[in-house]
Amino acid sequence: MADKLRATQQLEQLQARYVGTGHADTTKFEWTSNLHRDTYSSYIGHPPLLEYMALGTGTPMAKLKTALIEKMIQPVGKPPERED
Amino acid sequence: MADSEFEEIRRLQQERNAAKAGSKTFDPSTQRENTTKASLTDALDTTLYDRSGVDRFAGYNTSIPADGDDDDDMTDGDGTRRLVGQYTATKEMMNEFAGGDDDTDALTSRAEAAQIQDRETEYQKRRFKRKLSPTRKDGFANGEGEEEGRSYKEIMQERELEREEERVRRKIEEKLKNGEHANGSEHEATLKRDTTPEAEASEGTRKRKKRWDVATADDTSTQENATKKRSSRWDVAAAPDATPVMKRSRWDQAPSLTAATPIGNQGLVTPMHPSSAAIPAMPLTFGLGDRNAPLSDEELDAMLPSEGYKILDPPPGYAPIRTPARKLMSTPAPMASSSGIGGFMMQEPENARVLGKQMPTEIPGVGDLQFFKAEDMNYFGKLVDGADENTMTVDELKERKIMRLLLKVKNGTPPMRKTALRQLTDNARQFGAGPLFNQILPLLMEKTLEDQERHLLVKVIDRILYKLDDLVRPYTHKILVVIEPLLIDQDYYARVEGREIISNLSKAAGLAHMISTMRPDIDHVDEYVRNTTARAFAVVASALGIPALLPFLRAVCRSKKSWQARHTGVKIVQQIPILMGCAILPHLKGLVECIGPNLEDEQAKVRTVTSLAIAALAEAAHPYGIESFDTILNPLWTGAKKQRGKGLAGFLKAVGYVIPLMDEEYANYYTSQVMDIVLREFQSPDEEMKKVVLKVVSQCAGTEGVTSQYLKENVLPDFFKSFWIRRMALDKRNYRQVVETTVDLAQKVGCGEIVERIVDHLKDESEPYRKMTLETIEKVISALGAADVSEKLEEQLVDGVLFAFQEQSVEDIVMLNGFGTVVNALGTRTKPYLPQIVSTILWRLNNKSSAVRQQSADLISRIAVVMKQCGEDSLMGKLGIVLYEYLGEEYPEVLGSILGALRSIVTVVGINSMQPPIKDLLPRLTPILRNRHEKVQENTIDLVGRIADRGPEFVSAREWMRICFELLDMLKAHKKGIRRAANNTFGFIAKAIGPQDVLATLLNNLRVQERQSRVCTAVAIGIVAETCAPFTVLPALMNEYRVPELNVQNGVLKAMSFLFEYIGEMAKDYVYAITPLLEDALIDRDQVHRQTAASVVKHIALGVVGLGCEDAMLHLLNLIFPNIFETSPHVIDRIIEAIDAIRMAIGPGLVMNYVWAGLFHPARKVRTPYWRLYNNAYVQSADSLVPYYPNLDEEKLKREELYIVL
Repeated sequence: MADKLRATQQLEQLQARYVGTGHADTTKFEWTSNLHRDTYSSYIGHPPLLEYMALGTGTPMAKLKTALIEKMIQPVGKPPERED
Repeated sequence: MADSEFEEIRRLQQERNAAKAGSKTFDPSTQRENTTKASLTDALDTTLYDRSGVDRFAGYNTSIPADGDDDDDMTDGDGTRRLVGQYTATKEMMNEFAGGDDDTDALTSRAEAAQIQDRETEYQKRRFKRKLSPTRKDGFANGEGEEEGRSYKEIMQERELEREEERVRRKIEEKLKNGEHANGSEHEATLKRDTTPEAEASEGTRKRKKRWDVATADDTSTQENATKKRSSRWDVAAAPDATPVMKRSRWDQAPSLTAATPIGNQGLVTPMHPSSAAIPAMPLTFGLGDRNAPLSDEELDAMLPSEGYKILDPPPGYAPIRTPARKLMSTPAPMASSSGIGGFMMQEPENARVLGKQMPTEIPGVGDLQFFKAEDMNYFGKLVDGADENTMTVDELKERKIMRLLLKVKNGTPPMRKTALRQLTDNARQFGAGPLFNQILPLLMEKTLEDQERHLLVKVIDRILYKLDDLVRPYTHKILVVIEPLLIDQDYYARVEGREIISNLSKAAGLAHMISTMRPDIDHVDEYVRNTTARAFAVVASALGIPALLPFLRAVCRSKKSWQARHTGVKIVQQIPILMGCAILPHLKGLVECIGPNLEDEQAKVRTVTSLAIAALAEAAHPYGIESFDTILNPLWTGAKKQRGKGLAGFLKAVGYVIPLMDEEYANYYTSQVMDIVLREFQSPDEEMKKVVLKVVSQCAGTEGVTSQYLKENVLPDFFKSFWIRRMALDKRNYRQVVETTVDLAQKVGCGEIVERIVDHLKDESEPYRKMTLETIEKVISALGAADVSEKLEEQLVDGVLFAFQEQSVEDIVMLNGFGTVVNALGTRTKPYLPQIVSTILWRLNNKSSAVRQQSADLISRIAVVMKQCGEDSLMGKLGIVLYEYLGEEYPEVLGSILGALRSIVTVVGINSMQPPIKDLLPRLTPILRNRHEKVQENTIDLVGRIADRGPEFVSAREWMRICFELLDMLKAHKKGIRRAANNTFGFIAKAIGPQDVLATLLNNLRVQERQSRVCTAVAIGIVAETCAPFTVLPALMNEYRVPELNVQNGVLKAMSFLFEYIGEMAKDYVYAITPLLEDALIDRDQVHRQTAASVVKHIALGVVGLGCEDAMLHLLNLIFPNIFETSPHVIDRIIEAIDAIRMAIGPGLVMNYVWAGLFHPARKVRTPYWRLYNNAYVQSADSLVPYYPNLDEEKLKREELYIVL
């Protein structure tokens, strides 16, 4: 009982610190959203990668960067309708 | 040191050792008979005063008690002879009763000491006089704030009333003092009109503070008072919705129906609390005690004839009264105290029969409690009345529920407490603030409350405050009444707890409400209430910010109505910096301006507290913020010149704290200004003043602008004249202050100057004074070094220190430290004195008192380095030999010190030139390793370890093996340092004699039962492997794993775990060798086995990151992965750690391939551990996960950017 309690507390703490972490009840939507956001931020965080993509798509790096940031809003579309 | 002397000491020592060998006990006859020193207690001239006769001092007191208890007879000690014999009890008899508590039961006294009230001062006990005020209106509630409760206006009126009453009371008292008797018709003495005795008598009875609503005997006051009182009661009745107040007398104290809630709520303005008012006032024995206890069935059986009588059933509907509170009140007992009717009551010891009756062992619905006290019955009695819960209303049920939870929290076992606390917190809003606080707060007012209970209840309040939020408003004052006393508790943690609650409370209730709640208490008649309120206000300020409170403070500090309000206002400002420290800096100007005008207040008390507040502000602001004090500098200085006595102390303190903030020039000027006053006050007999002037002197000395020249010329002579006197050493507080101040002065004027002035005191006849001197010298020299000490002074100093050291009657660490510091500071300059010092040490090493021997051995360890510096190797050799011969010492403390001394000699001399030679020394140490005393163990193992490290070749391998066996026992030591030293020593020994034998010993030790010993053995194996290269150890270890015994196999795995942790990257050569063993271990049935194997894997994997062992690691991962469904916390933790470590070794991509499969598994039990792995990977290497996320083929989920190819 006490262990379970501690485990949930630790998870809450972890989740407060890292948004991308999950738990058994994480939905596919949440997970994929975070996944995409992390991906975009990783692109932006590695300038050589960003440059590579800029060359490939033929857009300036700054524009691509903005576009990637824009994409972070609802990266996988609208959240699914609540069923209940 | 002369050789002859040395020989003599050795001879004595041998005699002693020989005597010891004969009898285990000490033989004093061999001790220091032929000393050349004169005894301090004997008359020197033995030929004149012959010593062979009977003891001349028999029957005398040979010492005078230090505490001065029996100086009472000094009052009539007029020096004349009495003509009449005095008959009095003997001293023994009187002392027997004076001491008193020698023969009381140790356990009961301990239990009582646990109660908070037992260690409270008279002042702190005044909290019991406070009452829980009735609920107040929430003036700030929006919407329907129509709940009952008193408004701000009513409370202010009531305070007004109290003040008026206090004023009248004072007036009466004054009149009485002046001789006008309160009652005009009192008959006067006919013979002569001497008023003094009368006045004194009445004063004596009048001392107790009386509340207006307590009917007292002195209602026979003047007509004027009577009218005043009546008119004041009108006021209350006229207040909007107060219930008409009746004059309360003893007779309307109806017993309350609910014992747990404050009683007397009906019809009384001030409710009474069951414990604080009614019950303690009445002797407990009266209604409840032994004498009046109901007869038990057995007693009745014994008393009444068994034949001819019938035991009737109780009539239907009869329910016995179970709550003691009601029983207590059933007959109004005459009150003791105030009215004076009570009379003397015999104390009765508590009787087990009565206790047994009262104390239920189990409360229905609560379960087993840790304890249940008699007082708890007052509050929780309801729970045992056995009423039917089905017939109760919701409110009653709620009340019982809360009661049960509180009882669990207060008296329950830790797990019970935890769940109950959680329930209380979670349901706080459903229960409601009223029902909760009505039960918690009276509990906190209980007199017999203990620390733990208070802590728990306070914790409950803290938790529910969060949940209740603004619902607490009506109860704010009640909570404050209960919590404020915590702010002046002696216990630091209680104070912190109190602060936390008040700060949470103020955040929940809001500033406006806090102010309106506490405002009436600011000019409360009782100083205690004002004091605690001021402290609480300071906490509010720190919680809600100083700027928010500042306008209010300004208004209070300028209050024209009462000086008490101003006093409290300033006190709040004083408390704020004490609480917040330098955080006050941004608001310093505001705070100073707020209290500035009060420096010239007409009330002396206000002026004093203002100066103290300024001192506190300046102390907190140091070294910034002088500009904020500009406005008050002038009044402060003129004040300091005008004041006398207690007021002056405060002003001086403020000046002392403000000066260090100033820049050089001003500081210098103001110091010289204030120093005149300070020098004058050096002579003050007042302790408080002494403290303050010392503080001011050290403050001034520390300031930039004050030159050492100035201090030398103007301050030092007076300072030493007034404070370096023997009397100062006798009082602990003075002692400390003087030492500190002297050290501060030395910082400025230099070490030599100060030491020169006090060095003579080292030879003073008063021991405390010598101690104080040596402590000062120690501090000064350790801070400033001895470069400043001239040759002559050096001589005096060493001489004095030696004298002080030799003449101590109680061995004191101060002396030892002082000696050590002086010698170390003088360094090579000590050389000429060393023979003398060593001779002293040697003589003292031979002393019969163990403390003396221990201290001299300790001194050797302190001065060993200096002796080496002075090149006194031969002396050290002699010391070494003497110490060596003392290794038979019986007292472990002393033996430990001797070993320590030997170790420090070995350290500075070096193994090679050690006297006695190591080959003699070590065999003597082997048996000592068996000693169980911690100090001995620590010092021996240190010494042995050092020898094993530096000079193992001096001793035969067999001796080292013997030591190995002894060391195994040390692995069980409680102290970590000893275990660590033992482990390291194994490493050194293994290095010296090769690992084989040591390893065999250690591997055998893996078979022992004790867990700690096995663990330490495993560690030792790891260390041996590290020092002697792993290939010498691993084969033997792996071979040992074949022993079909779980403990051994586990031990081997554990040893490997440490081994791989220690060897790190070296592991890469052994990975493939060890893999089959790990395979076997990882598929074992035993959980612990797999757990330990997992930790081995973890350490290997972390060692081989990037070294090309990925295939082996992947293989191990395949074996470990199925274990992720383990549930035992230790096992799963190790497994997860191992997987994390392997992820480091083979990269997240491969490991995550295992993880993706389970993240969205239909079974939650499967998903949970997979998410744990995912979270770990995400936290530790989120960025490197990006390329390995699975391909999501659905529209919108694709990561197109990854498909770009140039």
